[in-house]
Amino acid sequence: MQHYIWLIPLFPLLGALFNGLSNFAGFRFSKKISGGIAASMMMAAFGVSVGVVLALSHLEPAHRVFVNVLYPWIKIGQLQVDLAFLVDPLSSVMILIITGIGTLIHFYAIGYMWEDKSFQRFFTYLNFFVFFMLLLVLGENVLLMFVGWEGVGLCSYLLIGFWFSELPNAKAGMKAFVVNRIGDFAFIIGFALLYWALTQHGVYTLSFRGIQEHAHHLIGMMTPMGLSVVTVVTLLFFVGATGKSAQIPLYVWLPDAMAGPTPVSALIHAATMVTAGIYMIGRTNVLFTMAPTTMTVVATIGVLTAFFAGTIGLVQNDIKKVLAYSTVSQLGYMFLGMGVGAFSAGIMHLMTHAFFKGLLFLGAGSVIHAMHHEQDMRKMGGLRKKIPYTYLTFLAGYLAIIGFPFSSGFISKDEILWKAFSSGSYGKFLWFVGLCGAGITAFYMSRLFFMTFFGHFRGGHDDHHHEPHESPWIMVAPLMVLGVLSLFGGLIGLPQALGGSNLFEHWLSPVFGHGAHEVAEQVVAHAHHDPIEYVLMVISTSLAGFMVYVAYTFYAHESAKPKVWAEKFPALYRKLYNKYFVDEFYQGTVVKPTLTWSAFLARFDSGVVDGFVNLVGRVGILFSYLNGAIDRVLVDGMVNGVGSFLRAAGLQLRRLQTGRIQNYVYVLVVGVMLVIIGRILI
Amino acid sequence: MVGLNHYLFLSAILFCMGMYTISTRRNAVAILMGIELVLNAGSLNLVAFSRFSDTGLSGQIFSIFVITLAAAEATIALAIVVSIYLNTKNIRADESTLLKN
Repeated sequence: MQHYIWLIPLFPLLGALFNGLSNFAGFRFSKKISGGIAASMMMAAFGVSVGVVLALSHLEPAHRVFVNVLYPWIKIGQLQVDLAFLVDPLSSVMILIITGIGTLIHFYAIGYMWEDKSFQRFFTYLNFFVFFMLLLVLGENVLLMFVGWEGVGLCSYLLIGFWFSELPNAKAGMKAFVVNRIGDFAFIIGFALLYWALTQHGVYTLSFRGIQEHAHHLIGMMTPMGLSVVTVVTLLFFVGATGKSAQIPLYVWLPDAMAGPTPVSALIHAATMVTAGIYMIGRTNVLFTMAPTTMTVVATIGVLTAFFAGTIGLVQNDIKKVLAYSTVSQLGYMFLGMGVGAFSAGIMHLMTHAFFKGLLFLGAGSVIHAMHHEQDMRKMGGLRKKIPYTYLTFLAGYLAIIGFPFSSGFISKDEILWKAFSSGSYGKFLWFVGLCGAGITAFYMSRLFFMTFFGHFRGGHDDHHHEPHESPWIMVAPLMVLGVLSLFGGLIGLPQALGGSNLFEHWLSPVFGHGAHEVAEQVVAHAHHDPIEYVLMVISTSLAGFMVYVAYTFYAHESAKPKVWAEKFPALYRKLYNKYFVDEFYQGTVVKPTLTWSAFLARFDSGVVDGFVNLVGRVGILFSYLNGAIDRVLVDGMVNGVGSFLRAAGLQLRRLQTGRIQNYVYVLVVGVMLVIIGRILI
Repeated sequence: MVGLNHYLFLSAILFCMGMYTISTRRNAVAILMGIELVLNAGSLNLVAFSRFSDTGLSGQIFSIFVITLAAAEATIALAIVVSIYLNTKNIRADESTLLKN
């Protein structure tokens, strides 16, 4: 089975090429064919993924690695990098999520994008994206992963700016790409430094297995500036992750990315691309566990982002923006998990988040579709009765994200909070901030839920003469699948404290076994059924429940309470509503100076550099002009001079020829006389 | 007595006079007369040398050749003069400058 791994990324690539080449060659297929090819390629990829993972599960846990080498890609000196795919428990989870949820979203998108005139282009980009994402997670070495890393950034740009004829959408796409690129820059420096460090110990590899094997050489290695090499490398990797996975300080592109079609938001900005950073940390966990400083940074930034983004989401009125900040916030939880060494908990939250956030976005898309592309929640309300299937599935995702007991979100989030709490005294602080974040999450999600589905319909009947209606089956069916997964998908990770055996953690333990041991031992030392774990669960659940109740009183029926509270804290409200003015801050401190600098450089280039080049040209022209002048004046002058001299001489000599015989006789006589006299004298 | 020098001196004077005539006369026929004078002066010289030395009669024989030659040459010259006259209606030597320059 491992020799068929290459088929997994191949199918979406073929779909993309089929739709893409024909579209850009001007040849349009019918929507059924175009969407059908795209979705069936996804199903094929999913099928092969399932097969591969099943085959993988038949192996011994310690040897659960499949490698599929296609060909040697780069050979420079002693370095060889192959085009090869690696499947181990970690990447098996990722490919199932990507292809599975990807398939559901493809079907949904066929319905959502049905009236769009660029239907074929959409599915080209969507398949292309899945191809790159699969390269990212299947890459056997850093370079192939980076190819996928950049490729998903590109497709994200293409998809966010899909409706580029509206300028804000195009700008949002550019913003995403540029901010991502900053992270990529750090990532490149990181892996270059890593490679250099390895070569100092005679190791010439960029493959993950090679890094895992030889990472111990890097213990204690310092850079000239007195920092541990591993710390610097992992910090740089983490900066790359903040760009890709929207953490502080590089999260600003994700809310703007909501300008793209909703299936894009669901796939890329909930389930897949934004998880690339977390996957990367998981993949290189051997390095991260060697750098406790970085782990602290990761956990701290993760939990701060979780809290901070949640606060912004409290006051947004666009349904997709609330979900976007929610995504940033939930990604923070994943980083919190990775940062305290609870790698499998982090990955589990990645999986459950893919389920419920994907569902929430698709549900929001269904709501938007029903509301004829209105996204402002102030114009919604009472949709519970009008779009019941959407309501029920959305309810499932909502319960998962607020942490309703035994839903998938509950299991993964509480696992992370528990692991944070039990990782030292700093961990208690992290737990506390995370708890506050969870409370805020519950509040804003309840706000969203109640404003949208409860109360009276505030949409008015002016130009939207259609009543909000339920979406077609092709959109509702994926919602239902995701609903089931959101509610019950977490049970494979049910911790021992609640009676499960945490199959998920066991599945991932070969990958995370190495470094997670220390943390795991700490946890084990606290005994399997530490009562504190239950206490924490009760605290978080009751906080969430309280927040739901408060939000209910505020939003479920028209109430003046939100306004009253907003007026009590006008400055705070303004700050939150305007996202703490971070975008404006970046605009002033980074964007404008960069643009000014580039304008200056442009002027410098055209003025100085081009001026210099032109000067050289002009000097050349001058020189050749001088040459020509010399040639004309001097050389030709001399030649002509000789000629005219001869002519003048000739003119004068002509006068000797008088034609008179007598003159000739005279000359003759004189000449003879001269000869005679000469003979006499000499 | 009349010696060789007297004859040589006479032929020199005749030669110079003939030269002068060629050089300065405008009339073409007069130039031809001057040419005759020069040639005759030359043959007089030859005869004088033959009379006053032991080289035999070669001088006198040679002077007969010269006379013949002079006659032939005068004929040709006069023919040329006539043809010039027929073309230009005058025989001024200084106006026959068709070969000028």
